[in-house]
Amino acid sequence: MEILSQILQVGFFAALLRIATPLIFGTIGELYAERAGVLNLGIEGIMMFSAMAGFSGAYFTHSLWFGVLVAVLAGMLGGLLMAVLCVSLGLSQHVSGIGTTLLFSGLSFFLYRLIFGQPSTIPVIEPFRTVNIPWLAKIPIIGPVLFDQYALVYLAFLIVPVTSWILYHTPWGLNLRTVGENPQAANSAGVSVAATRYQALLIAGMFMGLGGAFLSMAQYNAFTFGVISGRGWISIALVVFGQWSPYKSMAGALLFAFIDALQLRLQASNMIHIPYQVFLMMPFVLTILAMALVSRNARAPAALLRPFRKEER
Amino acid sequence: MTTTAPLLQMRGICKYFGSVRANEEVDLTVTPGEIIGLLGENGAGKTTLMNVLFGVYTADAGQIDIAGTPATIRNAADALHLGVGMVHQHFHLVSHHSVMENLLVGQPGRWGQLDRPYIEQRLQEIRSRFGLEMNLDDQVRDLSIGQQQRLEIIKALLRGARLLILDEPTASLTPQEADGLFDALRAMAAQQMGVIFISHKLHEIRAVTTRVVIMRYGRVTATVVNDDSTTNRQLAELMCEHEIVAPVKASSTPGRELLRLVGICTAGGLRPALQDIDLQVHAGEILGVAGVSGNGQTELADVMSGMLTPLSGQMWLDGQVLRKITPRQVQRQGLGRIPEDRMHTGLITTLPLSSCMVLPRIHEHRFSRFGVLNRKAIRQFTKEQMQAFDVRASGPDVRTGTLSGGNLQKVLLARELAWDPTVLLAAQPTRGLDIAAAQFVHEHLLRLRTEGKAVVLISEDLEELFALSDRIVVMYEGVINGRMPIAEATVQNVGLLMAGITEAA
Repeated sequence: MEILSQILQVGFFAALLRIATPLIFGTIGELYAERAGVLNLGIEGIMMFSAMAGFSGAYFTHSLWFGVLVAVLAGMLGGLLMAVLCVSLGLSQHVSGIGTTLLFSGLSFFLYRLIFGQPSTIPVIEPFRTVNIPWLAKIPIIGPVLFDQYALVYLAFLIVPVTSWILYHTPWGLNLRTVGENPQAANSAGVSVAATRYQALLIAGMFMGLGGAFLSMAQYNAFTFGVISGRGWISIALVVFGQWSPYKSMAGALLFAFIDALQLRLQASNMIHIPYQVFLMMPFVLTILAMALVSRNARAPAALLRPFRKEER
Repeated sequence: MTTTAPLLQMRGICKYFGSVRANEEVDLTVTPGEIIGLLGENGAGKTTLMNVLFGVYTADAGQIDIAGTPATIRNAADALHLGVGMVHQHFHLVSHHSVMENLLVGQPGRWGQLDRPYIEQRLQEIRSRFGLEMNLDDQVRDLSIGQQQRLEIIKALLRGARLLILDEPTASLTPQEADGLFDALRAMAAQQMGVIFISHKLHEIRAVTTRVVIMRYGRVTATVVNDDSTTNRQLAELMCEHEIVAPVKASSTPGRELLRLVGICTAGGLRPALQDIDLQVHAGEILGVAGVSGNGQTELADVMSGMLTPLSGQMWLDGQVLRKITPRQVQRQGLGRIPEDRMHTGLITTLPLSSCMVLPRIHEHRFSRFGVLNRKAIRQFTKEQMQAFDVRASGPDVRTGTLSGGNLQKVLLARELAWDPTVLLAAQPTRGLDIAAAQFVHEHLLRLRTEGKAVVLISEDLEELFALSDRIVVMYEGVINGRMPIAEATVQNVGLLMAGITEAA
């Protein structure tokens, strides 16, 4: 109990939201792609590449927001590649995705070396500072947790309701969902399946880019090779966990972040003598458990993984 | 009538798939108020022609005029814009969306939002003009086939279709649903719309159309004004080059027992459970299995072909009891099968035809040795079978999925009959086939009977069952609730049994 009371402080919840942020960006991005019928396994590499590109952009221009813009464009480049491979060429989404991840991860390391060489001290930037929202931030407990965060944290939590609204209340969102469920139906209603999937993948890339940018420019102040460390893959799992719904996916991201934040504190608390690797493992083990329990009834978009060819019976 | 421009004028349409001429120099005109019946065998080019009109395919030559102006139709959006709507044989609906969402797809919004009031208002109009009703909040997966079709028609009308194409619209409707459809089509014609109605069912073509266009081998070969003097026989003979004859059943005396099921029970759950199924089929006999779909016929076929393991019960083939009922075992013991779902369990549509043709017997020495395929032998065998069964395709390497339904069924027949099974299980073997293809299947089933083989024919088509079977059993809720020799069977008593009414009750 004593441990818990030490852990469950304001700082803990603030950290939780920060840990959840890149996961939300990744998850929502992946959700756009999958609702349109494309599994984007390139997410891990795309986030890595954006983190590198965003960091480099900010490092040389000393403008963090310019860095974010670069990261977004880098993410969209990844989305574009996926679209060319899976939509225009109709290739296997699995192979295209893994290929994209390998290519973009390798490219990140390569370009980073090319730009920065092998310096003795790792290049750093002055990262984003938290934005204190006047008045609201002064509310006890809730204030520091919710209203003293990075701008990108606010943005992450904003895109969840926006995405939900787009999916369920706009013509474009309905077209997107129809393309992901039954491309034939969309096509015969005059909706271009290819164009819709391109748009979805570009938007997905944009959000993946924001996730990468947050990691190298807010959470950390440098680009390291372990900066993404599986967050892209986790995002894919969270989309399934969230049953392809924006809100449920966000809940999944928060759950994962909660366990991750908890294990970080437990590691640091020095009160329980367990090898730290066990703590590191915790969020992943619990994600698997939660997935096994929740996602048994999940129904994927019916056309997920199926390339669409027009002249085929 | 003569002053109005035709709704549609297609001239000299040609479409080729490789060396197959799907459409050649086709002309077709539809004037307002007309219901055109488009009649032809499978593979005659009807669906291809309509897909050209709807922008699914691009014609290799020819011109399309709509309402008097030349039209370029590159995709469905173009067709819709020009007032051409199509109801495909396989519906283009999202089953996990609501009726409303299915109607909203592709519609512009209002202030960036989905425009639900517009749909409600248009639906009201369609209801009063054509008598078509629909509950907007229903999920499509909960709708019956008939309701789904109505939704497809409403979808087309809602987009302002003035010419509606229906591809085999009555294939899976009950007679009452079909009548409702015809009323709506007549209402459309009365309001100066045009309808193209593709069907194999001659009595429906005669009932609802004003003019019948007959296609054969990709060409229009005849046009008949539909009036009282038109007969089924006349249409059928125009459609097929050979004469239509009702299947002739030679007399046959049942021989020894070739198939026997005893006390077969299966687990229920999502599918109907079979309870205590007993069956015997003898050499030279066709056993008909009747029943309304979903009463265990599919499960019975699955058990017999080894795909569904029964909880209890035994199966004998040619006097031998099977220790394990697996697909490999039943096949070894001489059971050939024509599965109900030819696209999924029957054939692999993404593989070349030759692979599908030999797949069940790929281990035979002539097709593979030491795990290496003998491609030459496989292609040769496929060519021979294609010839023997008149499979129309460009060659053994063509993707199976590109063949028409009738040709696919011929492929299945060719494959199963090639190794001379003693028992043939034929589940819904003529579903969706045209007259000539169905006749072809019937002839082969009867030939097997004459040769002293046993046939189990599962069908929902009573006419077919009555024409071919020697005995009939009726399934209801997983139980055989009636069996009789064909001489005692009437539409009425079988119909009652299908509805679960037994005389004892």
